[in-house]
Parts: sequence; C-alpha cells; structure tokens
Amino acid sequence: MNLYELTAHELSDMLKDKKISSVELCESVLDRIENTEDKIGGYVTVTKDEAIESAKEADKKIAEGKCGYLTGIPVAVKDNICTKDILTTCSSKMLYNFKPPYDATVVKKLKADGAVMVGKANMDEFAMGSSCETSYFKKTHNPYDLDKVPGGSSGGSAAVVAANEAICSLGSDTGGSIRQPASYCSLVGLKPTYGTVSRFGLIAFASSLDQIGPLTKDVTDCALMMNVITGRDSMDSTSLDIEYPDYTKALKCDVKGMKIGMPKQYLGEGISDDVKQSVLAAAKTFESLGATIEEFDMPYTDYALAAYYIISSAEASSNLARYDGVKYGYRAEEFSDLTDMYLKTRSEGFGSEVKRRIMLGTYVLSSGYYDAYYKKAQKTRTLIRNAFSDAFKKYDLILSPATTSTAFKIGEKISDPLQMYLGDICTVSVNIAGLPAMVVPCGFDKDGMPIGMQLIGKAFSEPQLIQAAYTFEQNTGFNKIKPCI
Amino acid sequence: MKVTKQDIKHIAELSRLYISDEEADKLCMEDIIAFADKLKELDTSDINPTNHVLNVSNVLRDDIVKESTDRDVLLSNAPQKARGCFAVPKVVE
Repeated sequence: MNLYELTAHELSDMLKDKKISSVELCESVLDRIENTEDKIGGYVTVTKDEAIESAKEADKKIAEGKCGYLTGIPVAVKDNICTKDILTTCSSKMLYNFKPPYDATVVKKLKADGAVMVGKANMDEFAMGSSCETSYFKKTHNPYDLDKVPGGSSGGSAAVVAANEAICSLGSDTGGSIRQPASYCSLVGLKPTYGTVSRFGLIAFASSLDQIGPLTKDVTDCALMMNVITGRDSMDSTSLDIEYPDYTKALKCDVKGMKIGMPKQYLGEGISDDVKQSVLAAAKTFESLGATIEEFDMPYTDYALAAYYIISSAEASSNLARYDGVKYGYRAEEFSDLTDMYLKTRSEGFGSEVKRRIMLGTYVLSSGYYDAYYKKAQKTRTLIRNAFSDAFKKYDLILSPATTSTAFKIGEKISDPLQMYLGDICTVSVNIAGLPAMVVPCGFDKDGMPIGMQLIGKAFSEPQLIQAAYTFEQNTGFNKIKPCI
Repeated sequence: MKVTKQDIKHIAELSRLYISDEEADKLCMEDIIAFADKLKELDTSDINPTNHVLNVSNVLRDDIVKESTDRDVLLSNAPQKARGCFAVPKVVE
C-alpha cells in the first residue's frame, strides 16, 4: 500500500513509531499530486517547497517526542482560508494575485500542531456554488467519475482527499459546502457548531452562516482535525468561550438507546431512489446496533431554502462590497473616475454566480423590500431554529440524506441556477440554526457514485455525532471503497 | 414579484456592478425572487427575527495597545501605491 492511501491516524502511528518520516510521507503525497492533478484539478496552488520545509520541521518535532494530532500529516486547505504569503484566491479573478499578510487562525493552529500544508484547494468562486464549476481557474473532477462534479463549494478539498492528493483537508460550509462534496466523494465531512471554529482569516461569504470544518477519510481523522481547529479565538467575536472536549474520546462503538429521528420531509419526492434506499438502509443498521429510529414531521423544511438564499445573498452582498480594487486584488485597467473604477473592477473581477448573489442580496436589503424579504427570512430563521429545538426534545440526533441525488455531470446544472439551489434542501437548515452536522458514507448508487447520510445534532453535540458516525463506520465500511484513480 | 429592467438597473447601481441586457436575462432574478416569495405563506407576526444564532453580545477587549501590522506589509498587495498610501483616482473635485 502507498503511504498516500492511508489515514491520518494510521500515518501518525507510523510516524511516532519511526517507521516512516514526515519528509517521506510528504514526498509520497507530492508525487501523487504530480501524477493525478491533471485528471482531478483539485488544487489552485501546490505548495511543494513550503511542504518539504514543514515536513522537515515535523520530523524534528517527532524526534523530540512532541507529536501532536496531525504532526507530519499532509493537509490541503480551501483557497478561501488565508495563508500568509501564499496565494489565496477564493478561486476568483478578483483575488487572482492576493497573498495575505497573515495566517487564518485555523492555519496558525495547523502549523502549531506540525501539520504539513501541501496546497490550496479549488472551490466555487467566493464559496458560491455547489459544483466547483464557478471557479475562475478550473473545474475540479470527481475521482469516482471524472465527468462528474465533486460537489461544492469545497469541491477541491473533497476531491484531493478522495484522490489521495492530501490525507485530509479543511473546507468551509455556509449552506452545505463541506457536507455535499463529502457525500459526492465518499468522505466524512463535518460542519461544526457555529462559533466553535474561528472564522478569523476565512474570507467571508455569509458571516452568520460560515464555518470551517474537516473533510477526512474516516471519523477518527475527523476527530483529530477537530482537536486542532476548535477553540476560542479573541480575533473572532463570534467565537465561543466554552469548554472544548477531546473529540477523540467520542470514538466509541455504542449507539444503544440513542433516539434518532428522520424527518419525513427529507425522504419524499425530490430525493432520488438510490439515495433514499441507502439512507433508509443506514437507519436499519442503526436499529440493529441498538438505536431507535422514528420518522417524524419536521415543520418549515419547505421554507428553509428560500430563507437561506435570502439571508446568505444579503450577507454576501455586504461582505463582498469590500472588493473595489483599492487595497488588494484585481483593479480594472481602464476607468474614467473612482466610481467607474469600482464598477469596472467589480464587473470584470467577479464571475456571473457571484454577481447574481450580490444582486439578489442588494435587492432583498433595498428600501421597500427589506421587510418583505430580509426581515421575513430572519423571522423564518427563528421558526426553523424552534423546529429543531422541538425535535431535539424527542430525539438525540436527526438522520437525513445529505443530498438529493448523487454527483451530477459537469455542465448539467450550471445554466439553471434555481435547479442548482434546489439540491441544497437537506443541508441549508443546519446553517440557519447554527447546529453541527456530519456526513458519513452510507452507500453507492447503481453507477458506483457515493451516497452520504447526514447526522444533525444539538449545538455542541459533536461528540454524540462522532460516536454515532464511528459506530456506523466500524460496522459497515463504505468509506473503504476507493475510486480507481 | 416582477423584477423590471428598471429594478435591475437600480440594484446594479447600488451594487456598483455593470450588468448588460444579456447578463440581466441570464441572472434569472425574477425566478429566484418568485421562489423567495414562498415565505409570504408563513405567519410570522408574533415572531422575533434571529439576528444571531449565539447568545453572545458586546464582545469587547481591554483598551490596551497591541502590535500593529507593518505598513509596507499592508501595502504589499496594493494595485497602486504612492508615498505610503493606496493610490486611487481623484475622489473630490
């Protein structure tokens, strides 16, 4: 077996036991990238030299007995997360040459732990998209079928881990952008509780919805990444000052007595048969392992998507107002005056999906429409939060599909934005409520394309999510079926 | 809710974006707003809006001077700079 095929925890043991060195491991992954990138297109930037340097540092650390959770492990970082002096583009022409003068907090934490960053992963432009097709630079391909999308917006982060071009990666999730690609690429993906992972250095899309989270080959690796990236950060005023647990303590095989609810609304028409069957089979597996499963009515699921697109577009229009060609990034070459500079810079620098969302956001916030749309969506947000609150009085966890179908063909949905948006119905309500949710591989469709199930928990219930997911994974093994690439 | 050409022109101006007629059609704004109109079905008269999922408020720090970033570092990404400042077209006539 090649080193790049293993998980972070397996490699960590080998590093600690001095069976391999970080440099060896890093070179294995870098070679894999060189041989595979032309087919996958998952990276905007591969940081070869920096990675080897970090690997050498990691080897020193390990020799001194100071091994952390991810010391020496090659990690990919989504390109909307600031990395000091390394190109951070958000896959947009607007930031085509932007080298941040600082590291995001999560990057600082990865470095402090001794992780080895091998590259910046491709994404949908400014995290707006569900297929990695809106990237200014390239389209990423699903390792399970190169004609299909890896999902989005963390499509690159998912594809590189699935293709073994990184051992694990960081993505970001605003409406499903970690969970949907995880589902499409047979990975474990976790959107943590809002406030548990610092957003300092995450280039903002929708500030009340964004969260950074891990994409990994198995649940154990997910727990390791969570131990590194969570924590209070004074640089992020939405970062929570609470007790953060050791997430690896939740890696136990036990779901006896766990009450799992399945919203009927996520099992109806609109969900493909293959996905439905896999998720229902997963429910049966949980039952056989001692959990109780019950279908129930979850109100307001129909309204979550509309509320999400109003809120996220509104916040995006505000967050992206800073891109004006003044302090960094793209500036138009020809303009008549300052206003024209703004107009040309923004029109030339942003792609069509970004412009669409800015226009939508500006519309719902504009005078005359603010109450009918934005305020209404904020009220709907309260209703959705209450619906989850009520559900968690009866159930420990909620189980649903992560996506409405398996990965679609590249080009299939890109000209129909509403069709693209409708694919997000299973994931958006989680961001609206600020809750944690984890996606775990639970099957494949008749074409061999991966299917993921979604487990949603109360705020701060990541340990329960990890325990349930780990139990399922150890008793099934869907995550072991790798693409032939 | 109908989204007219005039609406699009107005919103584009507010957003500091130039949207051509061709781009305006491809935006599908009317379809998406029609979808958003679904929220009208909900009775939210007694509901408070959620502005923030967390129960955090007034996150302040002590008023102590901390390290600042070097000016040249901050100017390093500037499209145009002059005399330690970002250079832009004339703002005031």
